[in-house]
Amino acid sequence: MEFHSHTLKNGLEIVAECNGDAHSTALGFFVKTGSRDETKAEAGVSHFLEHMMFKGTPTRSANDVNREFDEMGAHYNAFTNEENTVYYAAVLPEYQPSAVELLADILRPSLRPADFNTEKKVIIEEIHMYEDQPPFGADEKAKAAFYGSHPLGNSVLGTVESVTNLTPEAMCDYFRRRYSPGNVVLVGTGGIDFDGLVATGEACCGHWEPFDGGRTCAEPHPQEGFHVIHKEIATQQYVIQLARGPAADDQDRYPAKLLAMVLGDDSGSRLYWDLVDPGLAEHVGLNQCENQGSGLMMTFMSCHPEVAADNLHRILVVYRRAESEGITRVELDQAKNKLRSRIVLSSERPRGRLFTIGIDWVYRREYRSMADDLDSVAAVTVDDVSAVQAKYPLTRSATVVIGPLAEIPAPE
Amino acid sequence: MLVGEPMMSLESAAFTFLVPAGCVHDPLQRSGLSGFTCEMAQRGAGPRDSRRFVLDLDNLGVERSELVSDAHTSYSGATVWENLPTALEIFVDLLRRPHLPSEQLEAVRQVMLQELHAVEDEPAHKVIIELRRRHYPNPWGRPAQGDRESLKAITIDDIRSHFTSCYHPNGTILGVAGRFDWDRLRKTVGRLLRDWQPRETAPFVEGPPEQKHHHLPYDSNQTHIGIAYPSVPYRHPDYFQAWGAVGVLSGGMSARLFTEVRERRGLCYAVHATYHSLRDRGGVFCYAGTSADRAQETLDVTLGELNRLAEGIKADELERLKARIKSALIMQQESSSARSSSIARDWYHLGRARTLDEVARHIDALTSQTINSYLSEHPPGDFTVITMGPGELEVPVGVS
Repeated sequence: MEFHSHTLKNGLEIVAECNGDAHSTALGFFVKTGSRDETKAEAGVSHFLEHMMFKGTPTRSANDVNREFDEMGAHYNAFTNEENTVYYAAVLPEYQPSAVELLADILRPSLRPADFNTEKKVIIEEIHMYEDQPPFGADEKAKAAFYGSHPLGNSVLGTVESVTNLTPEAMCDYFRRRYSPGNVVLVGTGGIDFDGLVATGEACCGHWEPFDGGRTCAEPHPQEGFHVIHKEIATQQYVIQLARGPAADDQDRYPAKLLAMVLGDDSGSRLYWDLVDPGLAEHVGLNQCENQGSGLMMTFMSCHPEVAADNLHRILVVYRRAESEGITRVELDQAKNKLRSRIVLSSERPRGRLFTIGIDWVYRREYRSMADDLDSVAAVTVDDVSAVQAKYPLTRSATVVIGPLAEIPAPE
Repeated sequence: MLVGEPMMSLESAAFTFLVPAGCVHDPLQRSGLSGFTCEMAQRGAGPRDSRRFVLDLDNLGVERSELVSDAHTSYSGATVWENLPTALEIFVDLLRRPHLPSEQLEAVRQVMLQELHAVEDEPAHKVIIELRRRHYPNPWGRPAQGDRESLKAITIDDIRSHFTSCYHPNGTILGVAGRFDWDRLRKTVGRLLRDWQPRETAPFVEGPPEQKHHHLPYDSNQTHIGIAYPSVPYRHPDYFQAWGAVGVLSGGMSARLFTEVRERRGLCYAVHATYHSLRDRGGVFCYAGTSADRAQETLDVTLGELNRLAEGIKADELERLKARIKSALIMQQESSSARSSSIARDWYHLGRARTLDEVARHIDALTSQTINSYLSEHPPGDFTVITMGPGELEVPVGVS
């Protein structure tokens, strides 16, 4: 396993973890832009633009783009979140140059008005789809409640209204503001020929004009609160609870991840034994998520409406007890064993490694091998976890409850 | 039956137990019994109580999943290779010596009811469940999750007698893939399972399928559409032809459904078709979700594409499909979990496991002529259509 990096003159970075034994190659363009970089009027433009990237370039139609990816047998897609937009493909190593060429080409799209209008309908369908499935938009509502007017609270999808009002010109504007080569990292994992990757990157992206694509990063001031949203169509009650957590460049993220496993992993955690094992909740989990300059500890729970208020109370009791008594050594070891196995399993495929390597570079400009990650997990102590708990109390959160109940009391 | 595929370049090993305890064996008034038993079986086995069972598997880093299908209850796990023998030992306890503790019955009942409730909030899932139920004759398409009345009525005796009649070595298949030594694995499995006594296979009765067109009222701005049509089963000599035809319809973003329904018309975000097989019959299951006011057009265009498939596919469509499949086959070599479940399923359907090389040879042999001659003999038709949304749709004349 070898790591290499290279920066083009225009600021575009190329990084790769090369594994000569891999059967496949994963490639991705990580663009440092997302909903936090949008104005109110252009809400949803990052995600809409991600769709438009597949709609053709000066030399390719939308059909050409899809056809050529399929001709390479690529497994490809893209996603957008608050601060990253990622375009990726997993291919056999022989297709490395053509996959990079195609991905690079679609990142300079034509944005033709006819395609824009057809795709707008697809985006609106996507918004309707999420409104109609659990947790019925509660995740975005919780983020908005927690971050208040801070841009990390912006919706990734936008609203039917904001997307309807978007114009191709507004999208071009956004593109010219955010898609500077300095905001782009080309990442490769698996069977990568790094010299070839740099050569193709230079040939396809070297002429992209650089400009200032900096991000304004104000300090967020998270809000606590308890909000109930009535959704008559729902059968189950859903809860999203957001508390502060370590940011992407914070060393506390390893103890925080282990804390989340001890308290709220899918199996064998405290919340699991208290709520899922006795059949009180259909699902409950605690996850740690990192952003630039901020982080989240997110609790998710779904259950029958009858027991929702009781369950909210139970979650609070679990978090209070953890804050006052800490966790045990045995629990920490169990969480470490689980995490170690998960890291090994998810690293087996180059496409699993792609996102780890890409995110490490985008946020921290560092390369961490799988062994580095395993070492960091192994080094965490019970005291480290207690320190994280003191810094990021799970009992202080913004909670959104959505479902058939019109009212539900906040737990005390 | 033990089927193994060593993959020495990996750090992991994965296993899949297929136990002949599928929901076809659930008595009519005890629908959901297989799922209930599967959940109960994990609440302590052999020397471990419920907590110790989970704790030990967590410490071994076993990522596990359980699934009840028509013919089987499957227990799967993946972990770092050193821990495979101990993980297998714990799962053999589950299959042979579960406690099935009566004091946990009510808790498990609540778990099952919660899962049943959760499906009510997933219309896309609900449509596919209903589609299966109406496409296959009873009990083959029966939903594994059961129904409310049955789940409320299930007793500890039901669980124990279901376990006794369905958990036995005849018909049980264990697939293992990843880093392991075959001789040592055979010895371990022999030691754990050699004295497991076979029993007579539980019988079940087949009944007629239900009405093929059905609307589920749902107060939403979305309509969910499910369409199914018969296909040959996995073991049929024409399986790869059928599979190729579905790939042209829905595999990759240049495939027909995605191009015509989403890309060209912008009718929906999600549209796809997948092939599914029982031992003796198969089906193609399509799904599209869209705004209620565009649902009729979506149904018409989707059915139009299914009917157009009978006119044949083009050589370039097949070439793209082959490229996708070729890379998918090679990438399967990077996943022990994918291989362990594939080889176990192969054994059920074929009585042997297909190697990836063999699959690749079948794919190479496909031509547009072979697929088109299959399609002219088996044109998509005899559609089952399920809609779920605020209003009923018109299913065109000639579709039955």
